[in-house]
Amino acid sequence: MNAKGNTVTAYGDTRGDGAVQLSFTLPMPSGEKARQAALVLTARMGLQDARVVLMDPIDPGFTYFVVYAETRETVDVSTIQVHEVAYEAMEPEEINRFIRETFGRKLVVIGACIGSDAHTVGIDAIMNMKGYDMHKGLESYPEIRALNLGAQVPCETLAARAAEEKADAVLVSQVVTQKNAHLKNLTRLIELLETEGLSEEMVLIVGGPQVTPELAKELGYDAGFGRGTFPGDVASYLVQELADRESRRE
Amino acid sequence: MAALNLDEAEVGRARRAAARIAVDTLSQIEGKTTVAVERAVLRLLGVEGMTPEGVPWANRIVDDLLARGLLDRGAAAWFVRTLVSRGDSPAETAKHMALEGLDDEALPEVEPGELRDRMCSLAREGLDRVDRSRGEREERLARLGRGPEPLRYLIVATGDIHEDVVQARAAARGGADIIAVIRHTAQSLLDYVPEDGGIQGVGGTIANRENFRVMREALDEVSEELGRYVFLTNYCSGLCMPEMAVLGAQERLDVMLNDSMYGVIFRDINMVRTFIDQHFSRALLARAGMMINTGEDNYLTTSDAFQKAHTVLASQFINEQFALLSGLEPGQIGLGHAFEISPKVEDSFLHELAQAQMVRQIFADCPVKYMPPTKYMTGNIFQGNVQNALFNAVSVLTNQTVHLLGMPTEAIHTPHVHDRHLSLENVDYVFRAMQHLGEEIAFRPGGRIETRARKVLADAVAMLEEVAGTGLMEAISQAMFADIARTRVGGKGLEGVVEKAEDYCNPVGDLLKEERTAS
Repeated sequence: MNAKGNTVTAYGDTRGDGAVQLSFTLPMPSGEKARQAALVLTARMGLQDARVVLMDPIDPGFTYFVVYAETRETVDVSTIQVHEVAYEAMEPEEINRFIRETFGRKLVVIGACIGSDAHTVGIDAIMNMKGYDMHKGLESYPEIRALNLGAQVPCETLAARAAEEKADAVLVSQVVTQKNAHLKNLTRLIELLETEGLSEEMVLIVGGPQVTPELAKELGYDAGFGRGTFPGDVASYLVQELADRESRRE
Repeated sequence: MAALNLDEAEVGRARRAAARIAVDTLSQIEGKTTVAVERAVLRLLGVEGMTPEGVPWANRIVDDLLARGLLDRGAAAWFVRTLVSRGDSPAETAKHMALEGLDDEALPEVEPGELRDRMCSLAREGLDRVDRSRGEREERLARLGRGPEPLRYLIVATGDIHEDVVQARAAARGGADIIAVIRHTAQSLLDYVPEDGGIQGVGGTIANRENFRVMREALDEVSEELGRYVFLTNYCSGLCMPEMAVLGAQERLDVMLNDSMYGVIFRDINMVRTFIDQHFSRALLARAGMMINTGEDNYLTTSDAFQKAHTVLASQFINEQFALLSGLEPGQIGLGHAFEISPKVEDSFLHELAQAQMVRQIFADCPVKYMPPTKYMTGNIFQGNVQNALFNAVSVLTNQTVHLLGMPTEAIHTPHVHDRHLSLENVDYVFRAMQHLGEEIAFRPGGRIETRARKVLADAVAMLEEVAGTGLMEAISQAMFADIARTRVGGKGLEGVVEKAEDYCNPVGDLLKEERTAS
């Protein structure tokens, strides 16, 4: 930070030096031409005083570079807005412990792709043991009973099963958004759950690449998760929301 | 080579228990077939094509038979009866059945002897194609040779086979001996093979005949250029496991990922379905002279690698027995394991060394496949490179056969071209620097490494004897593998399991069995 204490730049060994390291590959043979290309590219990124410290041929057609350079840009930290998160991220062990200590029973989570949607990638990533990107799904949580009903589940089936299992949460995944199919499905499910008087008892969560928290609220869901969500995010939110609800009831 | 002093009697007990488990499991599925096995048979008989809506003919025909309750005789019989009555070629017959449907009531019966002869001769033509691929591999291997062990196994996964080719060529030139094309996310859960080559994959590339062909051709070219044979791998797993075996065997893949329990545990595929499908698949892969790679490394992504090391060993014994019963030779059985103990554990390197050396010794005739750290890889790519260096050291010290290269960017993205380059450099350095270290050291008798290995073996024996007592399906229901429970009647694909009728015939399965016993 500068004298006023609110702007920053990259730091190497001297305040304000703007030191940056980067590595990339150019799809061209190694040689003087490639080195110059790497320098020009670095300059065009807005970086100064670039030095190529490694130019390594990967293949006749590819060259790998390590480049050190400096930036003159600074960031005024006081102008940065951070979105308020509605939950605190917890580790799986923490979540399981939290469930044991707070609820003293296993939580039941039921998930499905509803309507005509056959894209289970999202729901599987959140629910199944395998999870996604090394983040294990809810099935791997000893304190959660995770039921994944899979693809193309009619809203009626999901609502009935949720009631039967006394689910704590319903997870709905909608990937296909052609002709707003997802909006119809999601609205239909909410209407059903409301008619059955279940929407108050359960945490209703919707997920999908096009889903935003705003959209979820608008449709009557408690939360919405978009691209890049991991099982731990959903579980963290869920246990905190359920704990809130219990404390409100007390 | 340094050796651990392991109790041979314990190893014998483990093998006997695993053999009981495998024989018992196979006896429970003997009277059943699956839609996937029947589709694989049809493909081998020459059923190749798709409807204008993109449904593979094999699916259309088998689904029709299933819906009408006719699949219990086997798809081959209906196919050959239609072929005989119409006097058409297999291709024309397939097209007719797929597009017009089967008119079973108007179909004249064929005398059983003749029916069997016709089925067998078509099956033999299908297997000839498999044998030709095998012959071609053997010819190329004899002429070009292959890289030294541990064989360097590298992954490509761009979603587009033509981009995969660019990356695979660069990897092979950098030293890769085996190229694995990662499959499109969740393709394992599709109950058909997407034949349309134009589909862009997500998280990997669609596995189908055309894409197998494109990559095989590219690797053949680069093999000639480099003067060493570059192997190709894909997945023989999921709901289409038997069909992937057919495509892999005919299009000259060299290695396929094929585990007896992976799909059940990690993909929630029904266990009866999986055991039937893997048995048939392995018989075909055996005939094709291919290597399978089992997936025990996956257990360690959910279970703790230190606490649950014995479950990996137990599963290797089970996979070995299933594989032998399907006709695979020990040299074709690539058993998997992984370097997954937390870096925070004291002596983690010693424990990894114990496990790797033990597996190498117990399965001395099997090409063991060693998987890199994934669970404790973070966004710190520099530390990741160090973790991979330790993994490389264990691999070369214990002389693993197949070495899957760890990426510094594991858990971040599918590898960029330079991630692979850095990883190959790392392996080259460690393998070269420690080339003969394994010959120079001995494990201290009664020391930490030996004690650890003996404990893991003893725990595996206890587990296998328990599983042999309860039965494998029951053991899986009790979450004995990877801490996850699956039931015999749960999971995907059970609706595709069919009880065989008395006159059921699978000419391909029969030929594979007969010719195995004959040879």
